[in-house]
Amino acid sequence: MLLFLQSLANGLNLGSIYALTALGYTMVYGIIRMLNFAHGDFIMVGGFTLFYTVPLMDSLGIPKPFAIIIAVIVCVTVGVATEQIAYKPVRGHGSMTALITALGMSLILENLALVLFGTTPRNVAAMFDLPNITFGSISLPGKTLLTLGIGIVTMVLLMIFVQKTSIGKSMRAVPEDRTASTLVGINVDRVITITFAIGSGLAAIASMMYVTSYVSIKNELGIALGLKAFVAAILGGIGSIPGAMIGGLLLGLIEIFVKVYLFPAWYEAITYGLLIVVLLVRPAGLLGRKDNEKV
Amino acid sequence: MLKVSNLNVHYGVIHAINDVTIEVPDGQIVTLIGANGAGKTTILHTITGLKKATDGSVLWNDTELTKVPAHKIVTLGMAHVPEGRHVFANMTVQENLEMGAFAGKNKEENAAMLKEVYERFPRLKERYRQYAGTLSGGEQQMLAVGRALMSRPKILLMDEPSMGLSPILVQEIFDIIKELHKQGLTILLVEQNARMALSVADTGYVLETGHIKMKDDAKALLENDEVRRAYLGV
Repeated sequence: MLLFLQSLANGLNLGSIYALTALGYTMVYGIIRMLNFAHGDFIMVGGFTLFYTVPLMDSLGIPKPFAIIIAVIVCVTVGVATEQIAYKPVRGHGSMTALITALGMSLILENLALVLFGTTPRNVAAMFDLPNITFGSISLPGKTLLTLGIGIVTMVLLMIFVQKTSIGKSMRAVPEDRTASTLVGINVDRVITITFAIGSGLAAIASMMYVTSYVSIKNELGIALGLKAFVAAILGGIGSIPGAMIGGLLLGLIEIFVKVYLFPAWYEAITYGLLIVVLLVRPAGLLGRKDNEKV
Repeated sequence: MLKVSNLNVHYGVIHAINDVTIEVPDGQIVTLIGANGAGKTTILHTITGLKKATDGSVLWNDTELTKVPAHKIVTLGMAHVPEGRHVFANMTVQENLEMGAFAGKNKEENAAMLKEVYERFPRLKERYRQYAGTLSGGEQQMLAVGRALMSRPKILLMDEPSMGLSPILVQEIFDIIKELHKQGLTILLVEQNARMALSVADTGYVLETGHIKMKDDAKALLENDEVRRAYLGV
């Protein structure tokens, strides 16, 4: 029972990191039909920001969790700058151009980190000093539960934002129909920039969850995590916000449970095998839908 | 008053719109008829900024629209019902209508307008929670018109509203156009169904490969031999 609950907490924790990252992929894909391969690297940027800002906060006497605010600001800045400098000029020049530009941005960020921080993995100082939380005979790390909570609260807030607010509605309208969006008064360019900003902000929160759980970061963090999150987005149905959340959580749970209960060495093979099965049965992903035909 | 003067539009090297001048006086229905590919849609797209003009002017009251970003046009009292409806397929009927009032920040006015649109189109009210993509073609057209009305426009640009609809629905759409006109809305109507369009319009323009070939009272065009032969099939 203890092992099960621990695995569940770990799976949800890893899953919400995937989910927050997948949201960045899926929101950008939804709005400009482009796979932003640099998105995983935004998490690396967040990780290194925390590496420097957590000790800084501590030495300034500010509570360490406030470091996340700086990480969000840095990630949003990097994300929006990437969009404005690299992606906006090639918009409308075909999906292959956009894809290659995104790959290029990913390599630039990774190699920039290589130059700045070298290849040695860095350990990010703990942001939360929380005791284990005990339920009867079961004890779970407090930081895992806290980051899991933050991840889930963030997703719920995002859902409310997208469903209820005017900006959120325009973020749903633009992927559906850009012409109609413009005609009802939506500034499409602005919505795209806001989408990048939100996706990058989510990446910063994902980076906080990542360093809290796994501590060590290096410049290649983004590729591995980004790839998994991309898989999560596809699994849930790329372009679908709830799909990214469910795909991410599922992927995390499957990975941990396969690792703990089945074949530790085979967890990735089984995870990706499952993805292939899902895509064979539902090519659009779990919550993806084929666009309703406009008659 | 909408006044398009000496408008030229290019797609790459193709000169799609050649020195076109059109006037739409307040309270009138003006129709633009012509064959497929004559440039009717391009003219509407240029008026609402979806397509950039090479040169020429689009004057709406005192505003030069070629200098206004496309997403600001709706705030000037001009709504465009695009060809092919362009409803938000994965949003509900009500969400589509609410999007129509996106630029209007006054919640009470928007709610009042929503009620008005539902009164005009009871079918939309029945289906308010249904995804727009699941509506029939005629219902989608009504939704597209309803969404445009949500911005409380003074002028409505309609692009092929009857396209792909059954004769009964075509009649219904044109009844709606007449009704809107009666209530004082100015309408610029682009149609391939020249007979229907000329029968509701005050003035008609005949567009041929990017330039205006004729301009006259709609009634006169209906009687014109050349128009009858080329566009009315008699």
